[in-house]
Amino acid sequence: MNVSQSFKMAIKSLRTSKMRSLLTMLGIIIGVGAVIIIISLGNGVTGMVNQQVEKLGVNLVQTMIYGVGDGTTLNLDPQRMYDLVEENPEVLSGVSPYVTASAVVRSNGTEYEDTTIYGVSEAIYRPESNSTLDGCTLAEGRFLQYVDVVRRQHVCVLGAYLAEAAFQGDALGKDISIGGQNFTVVGVLDPISATVDAGSLDDQIYIPYENAMEIMGARQVSLYLFTSTSGATAAAAKELIDGLLFDYFQNQDAYYTTTMAEQADLINAMMSVVMVVLVAIAAISLLVGGIGIMNIMLVSVTERTREIGIRKSLGAKRRDIRRQFIIEAGTTSAIGGLLGILFGCLMSLAIGSLIGSMLVSMMTGSSSLTFNAAPSLGAVAVSFGVSVGIGVLFGYLPANKAAKLNPIDALRYE
Amino acid sequence: MEHLIELKDVYKIYPMGGEAVHALDGISLTIDRGEFVAIVGQSGSGKSTAMNIIGCLDVPTSGTYHLGGVDVSTMNDDQQAEIRNRMLGFIFQQYNLIPKLTVRENVELPLLYAGVGAEERRRRAEESLERVGLAGKERNLPSQLSGGQQQRVSIARALAGNPSVILADEPTGALDSRTGREVLGFLQKLNAEGDTVVLITHDNSIAVQAKRIVRLQDGRILYDGDARDPRAVVHAAESEEGVGA
Repeated sequence: MNVSQSFKMAIKSLRTSKMRSLLTMLGIIIGVGAVIIIISLGNGVTGMVNQQVEKLGVNLVQTMIYGVGDGTTLNLDPQRMYDLVEENPEVLSGVSPYVTASAVVRSNGTEYEDTTIYGVSEAIYRPESNSTLDGCTLAEGRFLQYVDVVRRQHVCVLGAYLAEAAFQGDALGKDISIGGQNFTVVGVLDPISATVDAGSLDDQIYIPYENAMEIMGARQVSLYLFTSTSGATAAAAKELIDGLLFDYFQNQDAYYTTTMAEQADLINAMMSVVMVVLVAIAAISLLVGGIGIMNIMLVSVTERTREIGIRKSLGAKRRDIRRQFIIEAGTTSAIGGLLGILFGCLMSLAIGSLIGSMLVSMMTGSSSLTFNAAPSLGAVAVSFGVSVGIGVLFGYLPANKAAKLNPIDALRYE
Repeated sequence: MEHLIELKDVYKIYPMGGEAVHALDGISLTIDRGEFVAIVGQSGSGKSTAMNIIGCLDVPTSGTYHLGGVDVSTMNDDQQAEIRNRMLGFIFQQYNLIPKLTVRENVELPLLYAGVGAEERRRRAEESLERVGLAGKERNLPSQLSGGQQQRVSIARALAGNPSVILADEPTGALDSRTGREVLGFLQKLNAEGDTVVLITHDNSIAVQAKRIVRLQDGRILYDGDARDPRAVVHAAESEEGVGA
């Protein structure tokens, strides 16, 4: 009596009561399905985060300056940041201040109050990829240049919303009033989101940072975007920047630097915590499924007492009977696990493509992300293993009960 | 020469509500190869207990039981299972076929537990079914056969393992008299072919089909001898009356 014969017997026994077997498996199917869906969606989100990181560049390093005290005592000259980049060409490849301001924008007598103004330097734009470090691409004209920034020229790059709303798509060379000052439009950006609206991501303007600080009345740049020479040097870049800032402020709380990789790691770490919690909840369903299997196996042992007696009278040893019932329980949960994997994969595909199409409708152009909710092979293998394990674990008690039956009593059982 | 079955001073005592019930009260019995023995007695005579012990389904409270020269009276569950598998072929009143298995799979069961390979199992099961005249029914389910045919399947199953003893427990109890006679005929034929058959029954008319009768009453052997002897079929009560008359 070997395992493959026990397995054949188990299949036969399951086929004789299909409905009962299916209901027994249901807990496992739902549990495994839920685990697969959660892991798939988690993989999708992680993949999306990684895409975003790829797009923005793994070499992006952000530094926030809070200052000390009320922020007025020490003002860091942006020139020191430029110098830092120049002194360390093997680690740092560029820096741009990133000043966010809001001001009333006026054109042809119409006011636009929701527009976000970004004060930057030319280094935020990377001509080789035609994109900025914060993920915008240039549609026409040019971006801000070194001369514009150094001379505080009144030039600007418009977001897609204003280019359309204020100039009907013909914005190049036109003037627009920002916070009471006139700026000439030198470039227009591609739309980022599908709904190009007032207050949306596309309602934005890039101007030289010192102009933005003037409009804001700000005394220092509170955010810098650096680029390291590669993703691998990002950590070294962060150390350099932090070193400079500590020398300047003598206070670790006055600034904060993060690399893109760190942020991605943080998001991914948060995602994995959320996933662990969700998978743990789904695992309760697996537990309930296991108890269901145990219950039905106990019923089955009672129903088949006579069969057990016959088998024992013909020479079945305890271990033969035990193995038969454990394999039957394991087979039940394994088939349930396979069905659950199938169910989970199909649901993941459906939900994944739903979220994917939502993303597509929200974003267009080069900024669009794809959402790929596929379960990892490891997750599938582990779910299958766990479901078989649950069957064997919860099948053991009933199987042992069957194995210990006294053949005389079992034969007499009606 | 060593006996095939040798019970020596066997007791089986069940505790029952503070009282000890002697189901077997000191039985000594030997059966040799090639015999056809009927163990006969009324209900409560101890014949079922005797069959359980001879069939290695139970162990005696005291006394020894040698089967094929091996002491099986102190064996544990699994050792008994192996002895049953190797040396004994059971035929039950209720046939005791597994309903969801086909006829051939039922017959293969003892071979399965003996670890015989698939090819060999199939061959021996078919051989065994042919011997009871059921060739061609291999793929049927037991429920598709008549009672007599089902009992023949269970005989084929008992034969498949090539046992030393065929143990038949009321084999005709569930059959009408014609098929009952048929089944008895089979047992006689098997015996004629050399098999050792032990038949357990309460029915004298069946017991006399054997060559030798062992009559039990109250856990004791009342008669042990030739089936043709008139005393073999006389109940104890009757014989006492006979003495008195």
